Amino acid sequence: MIQQNLILILIFLPFLGAIAASTLSVNAHNAAAWLSGAVLVGGLIVMAALYPAIEEGRVLRSVLTWIPSLRLNLSFRIDGFAWLFVTLVLGIGLLVVLYARYYLSKSDPVPRFYCFLLAFTGAMVGMLVSGNIIMLVVFWELTSVISFLLIGYWYHNPAARDGARMALIVTATGGICLLAAMLILGQIVGSYDLDRVLASGEVIRAHPLYLTVLALFLIGAFTKSAQFPFHFWLPNAMAAPTPVSAFLHSATMVKAGVFLLVRFSPALGGSEAWFFAVTGTGMVTLIVGAVFALFRHDLKGLLAYSTISHLGLITALAGIGSTGAIVAAIFHIANHAVFKASLFMAAGIIDHESGTRDMRRLSGLMRLMPVTGTLAIVAAAAMAGVPLLNGFLSKEMFFAEAASWHNGSWLDDALPYLATFASIFAVAYSLRFIMTVFFGPPPTDLPKMPHEPSPWMRRPVELLVLICLLVGILPGTTLGPVLNMAARSVLGPETPYFSIAVWHGFNTPMIMSLIALVLGAVLYFVFAARISEGPEGPPLLHRIRAQRIFERMLLSLSWKWPRVLHRLFGTERLQPQLRLIVLLSFAAGAATLWGGITFLQKTGLPAFDPAFALMWVVGGVCAIGAAWQAKYHRFASLALLGGAGVITCLTFTWFSAPDLAVTQLLVEVVTTVLLLLGLRWLPKRREEIVGDKLAPARIRRAWDLVIAGASGIGIAGIAYVMMSRPLVPGIGDWFLKNAYHEGGGTNVVNVILVDFRAFDTFGEISVLAIVGITVYALLRRFRPGAESAGLPEQQLGEEAEALKDYLVVPSVIMQWMFPVMIVMSAYLFFRGHDLPGGGFSAGVTLAIALLLQYLASTVRWVESHIVILPIRWMGLGLLISCGTGIGAWLFGYPFLTAHARYLDLPLIGKVPAATALLFDIGVYALVVGATVLMLIAIAHQSLRSARLRAQDEAPAEKEVA
Amino acid sequence: MEIVLSTAIGILAASGIWLLMRPRTFQVIVGLCLLSYAVNLFIFSMGRLTVGAPPIMPKDGFVNPTAYADPLPQALVLTAIVISFATTALFLVVMIASRGMTGTDHVDGQEREQ
Repeated sequence: MIQQNLILILIFLPFLGAIAASTLSVNAHNAAAWLSGAVLVGGLIVMAALYPAIEEGRVLRSVLTWIPSLRLNLSFRIDGFAWLFVTLVLGIGLLVVLYARYYLSKSDPVPRFYCFLLAFTGAMVGMLVSGNIIMLVVFWELTSVISFLLIGYWYHNPAARDGARMALIVTATGGICLLAAMLILGQIVGSYDLDRVLASGEVIRAHPLYLTVLALFLIGAFTKSAQFPFHFWLPNAMAAPTPVSAFLHSATMVKAGVFLLVRFSPALGGSEAWFFAVTGTGMVTLIVGAVFALFRHDLKGLLAYSTISHLGLITALAGIGSTGAIVAAIFHIANHAVFKASLFMAAGIIDHESGTRDMRRLSGLMRLMPVTGTLAIVAAAAMAGVPLLNGFLSKEMFFAEAASWHNGSWLDDALPYLATFASIFAVAYSLRFIMTVFFGPPPTDLPKMPHEPSPWMRRPVELLVLICLLVGILPGTTLGPVLNMAARSVLGPETPYFSIAVWHGFNTPMIMSLIALVLGAVLYFVFAARISEGPEGPPLLHRIRAQRIFERMLLSLSWKWPRVLHRLFGTERLQPQLRLIVLLSFAAGAATLWGGITFLQKTGLPAFDPAFALMWVVGGVCAIGAAWQAKYHRFASLALLGGAGVITCLTFTWFSAPDLAVTQLLVEVVTTVLLLLGLRWLPKRREEIVGDKLAPARIRRAWDLVIAGASGIGIAGIAYVMMSRPLVPGIGDWFLKNAYHEGGGTNVVNVILVDFRAFDTFGEISVLAIVGITVYALLRRFRPGAESAGLPEQQLGEEAEALKDYLVVPSVIMQWMFPVMIVMSAYLFFRGHDLPGGGFSAGVTLAIALLLQYLASTVRWVESHIVILPIRWMGLGLLISCGTGIGAWLFGYPFLTAHARYLDLPLIGKVPAATALLFDIGVYALVVGATVLMLIAIAHQSLRSARLRAQDEAPAEKEVA
Repeated sequence: MEIVLSTAIGILAASGIWLLMRPRTFQVIVGLCLLSYAVNLFIFSMGRLTVGAPPIMPKDGFVNPTAYADPLPQALVLTAIVISFATTALFLVVMIASRGMTGTDHVDGQEREQ
């Protein structure tokens, strides 16, 4: 149990630390570093506590149930390999934090840096210990996203932005491929559980989709691990701060890819395709990286290509897949992390102290910074594979694997030669790093005079170099047991113990090493001068820049082609788009129903009633008239629209839907007033619009009429077919049966709204609130069109005088009706649960009551007599509804569970008292607030434009004076 | 009855759709209102037509569901009425704001090139 909890702590601690770090002050350099250090030390303590169990060869698991009904769990597992990797990540992370404390300048905002660093650690650890392959991909993508943020930390620098974007695009694309691969794998195996997948190697390899899975999987792993031809993002990511490079490109980000290759080698490996694809790519990358590294003038550029090369080496080993190769791969993962982190840090120190990373300008630094120089030389020697250092051992193992016989293919035969060739270049670039930077004449052309850094900045490097030496001299006692533990967890418990010794005798790998050392030194000393004078990159090849190809592709994909497609197929005009939508819906409807419709005549339909038909003759005429007049006679059209609305409302009454009728009628009133208010701001339309009577416009109208007619007939047909079929018993019956017993109300529609489906209603009133606020916000900066800015002509001249008091009698009635309408609103509200009414209709009634006051007198008069704060009403309404919902939690029920009972009040008698009523109060307040807010916001525009007019006229008068 | 109502739905929908494809914003807004009547009636009619039996229950005794109108489409349409009011208001404001900014009431914000 304690181990499960420790694993969960391990996962969540970095993320919690990241949140905590993000809240620190911008200048809290020490606090942020201490916090991050503490988090990472905490992680390492957890790892130490887990070690005894891991050492026994056990796999520790921890499962958090997440959505049990879908069998979705968060499952984590730690075995020896994951343990080694997590420890590596946390350890290097800790050193990077210490280093970054002294590397980052005072002006860099630290919370962001440490927050991202910790979040990245969390994502990486999550990826390493995921027990579910989908979750693994989620964490995998998380590392891509956070590495984007880390690489782009200095976002004011364009190179950092471009590098970050390129890294994200390349690795995230790979991540999508990986997700596809994992989904197919899950389908093949029948489970997304990592253990099940790893145990099903036979099934996977025999499956017809094996090659597809393999290709997708390898694209994911290769993009992340910067394998050729996806390697180009890594050198560009060097624009990141050096601690980030040291972390991402030694132990974490790029190692995720090789981790995955090693982890999945039992499931996907062992086939010829795997060998050729993985080993082949690895060898190409190994050679390309090593050759390019030699020709880079930038220190971090050299290290970046060297990283690519070493990743190629690990990939090649994973491709070979024998026991020795897997042990060597794991060994080299650890060794490379150690020496490359120290080298990045050393390069950062040189950059920090001298102001440049250009090897053509650096020289003779040994005299100025002897300690850092010595450390860097040892680390570089480890990179070159010099005996008695850790890099030598894993490289020897690689040579041994390359030289031994595996499957006799041409690639297998060529391996030793390719390995030696790459190794010659590795020796040469390591020598170049040492010789140009630390030896030679004293530097002359540096931005500042370098000296030893502060001792604590050097400590991480010292520790890492010490590890290089310890592992290199005493491999069997230091890393040996952990390495074997890791290898056993990948290859199975029967794996024989693999002893690592410093001296294996004078054998083939030793000869290969010696050849590489000698020829590498010769290569460097012969060509040193020419390399430093040449361009950045090998002769001839430097002209082919993968980066430029990538950028050209990006430009085409994200800019040129979409523009072409848009020009060919797109339109910015609304009419064709709407026409297309209507046609598509019509086609979709026709296609699904074609041949499937049969007319059934059911009995017991309401008998034909001529009054109803006559009513709809009026309704139909109103609708067609509204459509006919909407262009030139808006007011008439609005009146006719209202007519159609009233007939709709009557239809609801006719067919037993009193709630709908009430709501429809009230909403109809508000909508009409709203549209009337809007009419004021539309252009006058007294003359014919140009071209309205010409042939193209006529054809358009006729064509649209055909489409509209066809759609109308279609909808009418579907409605008729549906109505003439007997009703299939549905959940409506359940609502009818249970409304009173469960919801405590007899009006089933209202009970559904405020009790059974209250969550939907809650969403709906939120929408209403959003719309109200949006309307208000949109109108705050409203400027009317030039021709509607002035007073309307009805308010000008003699006519205005004559019409001044035309509303006197109605306005008195409206003012007198105000209290009556408030009572009416309350009545509608309280009877809502049992009889037609409810929060919606009551709210709209109150809004109409307020609206009538605005109509009866001027805005100023109303607002000096009644204080209306619509936004408060809305806020209160939302709070009440949400509060009622949360109240259910107090009693241990889910959100918005309602409780209903009847209270016996003296004198009044039985009164329904459901919590749904409280919810309905919220609905009521919100509807009042939102409706009034919208209406007032539009109505106020007249006032505002009067004010604006006054402001415009004032300066004009001054000028005249 | 159902033939009358379905014809009515068809007429409302056809008028609404025709207006939806017109060039002036006011036409579109009237079209949306008409279309929302049609859609509301359509959804409502999916509960079939019942005369004189609103879904108001007695307080006790056996409840025979077939004797009442289907409450579910009614609840859906009630929500739809309120939401269509909200969208109409929003569209109206966008319409007058766009009219203020572009100086025209054409849906594209500029008159059609002749």
